[in-house]
Amino acid sequence: MDFDFSDDAKALREQARKFFDERAGPAVARAAMNGDAPFDAGLWQTVVDLGWTAARVPEAHGGVGMTSEAACVLAEEAGRSLAPIPLAQALAATEALIALGTPEQQARWLPGIADGSVVAVTGWAEGGNASPAKASAKVDGDAITGTKSPIADLAAATMAIVSAAGPDGPALYIVDLSGAGVGVTPVDTLDLVRRHGTLTLTGAPADPLGDAGGYHDWLDCAAILGSFEAMGTATAAMDMAVAYAKERTAFGQKIGRYQGVKHKCADMYIKLELARAHALHAAWAMEADAPELRQAASAARVASLDALAFAAEENVQIHGGIGFTWESDCQFYYRRNRALVAALGSRNFWADRLVRSLEQRNAVAA
Amino acid sequence: MDFNDTPDDAEYRAKARAWLATAAADYRDPPARPVSRGENVPESRKWQKVKHAAGYTGITWPKAFGGQGLSPMHSIIFNQEQSKYHAPTELFAIGLGMCIPTVFTHGSPALIERYVAKALEGEEVWCQLFSEPSAGSDLAGIRTKAVRDGDDWVIDGQKVWTTNAHLSDFGIIVTRTDPSAPKHKGLTMFIVDMHAPGVEARPLKQMSGGSDFNEVFFTGVRVSDSHRLGAVGDGWKVSLTTLMNERLAVGGKPGHAPGYRDLMALAARIETDMGPAIEARDVRQRIAATYIADEGIKLTQMRALSALSKGEAPGPEQSISKVVVAKTMQEMAAFALDLSEASGFTTAGGEPGIHKLQGSYMASAGLRIAGGTDEILRNIIAERVLGLPGDMRPDKDTPFNEIRAA
Repeated sequence: MDFDFSDDAKALREQARKFFDERAGPAVARAAMNGDAPFDAGLWQTVVDLGWTAARVPEAHGGVGMTSEAACVLAEEAGRSLAPIPLAQALAATEALIALGTPEQQARWLPGIADGSVVAVTGWAEGGNASPAKASAKVDGDAITGTKSPIADLAAATMAIVSAAGPDGPALYIVDLSGAGVGVTPVDTLDLVRRHGTLTLTGAPADPLGDAGGYHDWLDCAAILGSFEAMGTATAAMDMAVAYAKERTAFGQKIGRYQGVKHKCADMYIKLELARAHALHAAWAMEADAPELRQAASAARVASLDALAFAAEENVQIHGGIGFTWESDCQFYYRRNRALVAALGSRNFWADRLVRSLEQRNAVAA
Repeated sequence: MDFNDTPDDAEYRAKARAWLATAAADYRDPPARPVSRGENVPESRKWQKVKHAAGYTGITWPKAFGGQGLSPMHSIIFNQEQSKYHAPTELFAIGLGMCIPTVFTHGSPALIERYVAKALEGEEVWCQLFSEPSAGSDLAGIRTKAVRDGDDWVIDGQKVWTTNAHLSDFGIIVTRTDPSAPKHKGLTMFIVDMHAPGVEARPLKQMSGGSDFNEVFFTGVRVSDSHRLGAVGDGWKVSLTTLMNERLAVGGKPGHAPGYRDLMALAARIETDMGPAIEARDVRQRIAATYIADEGIKLTQMRALSALSKGEAPGPEQSISKVVVAKTMQEMAAFALDLSEASGFTTAGGEPGIHKLQGSYMASAGLRIAGGTDEILRNIIAERVLGLPGDMRPDKDTPFNEIRAA
């Protein structure tokens, strides 16, 4: 049994952690919040130069050709660092192209993602609608019409992979953002660091990416990457809470001595490790293309959102009044939790998807 | 990443599986009626001897102590295969899992020679005499005393929650030998003969109705100094060896406990005013939460197996196991009994599925306490894994006989 990341993936994780520790983190997030730029272009260029957008791209398309484990560890470290760059989005878009793209689509987009000349994002959300079957973005012939919002890092993007109602149900479509019928406007959200946008499509050329079945597999893979990102963010929030509990004194003791505080920290760890177990399982299912993919991805998504919500909320609580101030870094994790929920569906949607996949497995077994 | 055995592990598994297919054939089906621990003693001994003769006992123990000298992975593989049968293994679990490792870690060569092999081949049953009425989580607060008398020690006091004490031949007992020392410093561990004059084990009846453990009274019980484990005053250190082994033993969900599949099956049968229960959002949320907890712990254990199969130590994440499992059992059972309305309450008649849930609801209340309470386990995670400061222990440095209850 080898239920752990490969040495290659672990080495990449270490490299990414070290880099982001130096170059990103709450101070950089705060600068992004206070600035006008849609993302940190200098940091992004360095990340591209380090080859991280190329990690998953096959060598034939100018990439490094690593396994999907590379995308998982990069997503986790990006989440941990709060780096204001479109890395998580690029990783999710790359998975879609690798899994579902025709050779022509791959040749057109992947080399650009690898060398940074293409900035790719994915768009799934549509306001209050969490049912892919009811996607309001519609495809008619070769054209797509509708609104996808909010899309993270949209202002930085040159192409988008969006879900829309196709002739056979929800499916993915590639939209060249420099093309006709494309409108991009900023949209304010609770996350003040990661900028979001609204994509308005009015008969924009739609290039189908895979079929309806492929759409569901991609959604699972995107959820897995999102789970790693959420775990990274949750880990940072937990580390911040634990560090404060070791340093802050009240009633003559470090507050970490009180069970009311230390048990919250233990619960952060418990929820995080449950999420990690499912996320690792899902990472295995993704790489092995296993029949457990849907249930593993759904469980990882729900468990990681639980872990992040708890860590982000209780981190503020453990900090007390200072944690509620604008100057405290607690707000970044608290707000990012909402961004990661909105990107790909709440725990309601994914808990239902998990139970449905369990029901289907039971039906097959019966 | 893969879930396959290494070639070496696969070979061992195949060997064990083939052996069990014949040797454990009688245990393929669950017993026709529930068998009490007492009734099961002869059968338990028989199975232990059969395993011993075939080289499937003491798998990780050094060969010098009669073990097989194999890795933890081999032991886990054998246990995985054995657990597919209904073989009686509980009687020896504490003795071989916790007591005897303490004996061969801290006992003299003569003690090892006398006791280890006998326990391993199923001749002698052991119990662990730690908790007392006034010392549970705060184990170092025990009051049972041992007083030196020539070459002997004389033990007086009371132990409680002692699993299998009424069936045991020997026990390891932690006693207070120096009441003038701080609580952790004045303790000493001994091996005690459970058949000695002055030892009386009385089974306790649990809130769930079962009787797994005892209160044990010691009145002027003589133990030779040669039966001391570790130095005088080192009892706390010695007991940590036992507890470390306990944490390995008390971990995953009990094999018989209902899980998310049972909740799904139940919810599929129940009709509510809003339609089938299985379609209700709160029910689906609970199924998902139960799946995440139960399967998450199984997957966490697989992370440990991966480390062990590479010859590495499992990570600290293993410490989350029992605290998740016990509370999940209780919450899931309570939810399922709620769903069942009054039929979840009546114990007469009814269906086996409901009885199982009722049993799990009752047993989980005990599981949240046994082998480290939820609260102690959270302390351990916070302090040992996250590095938070230890709980306030105002009596830590006070001589034991000067400690006053607040």
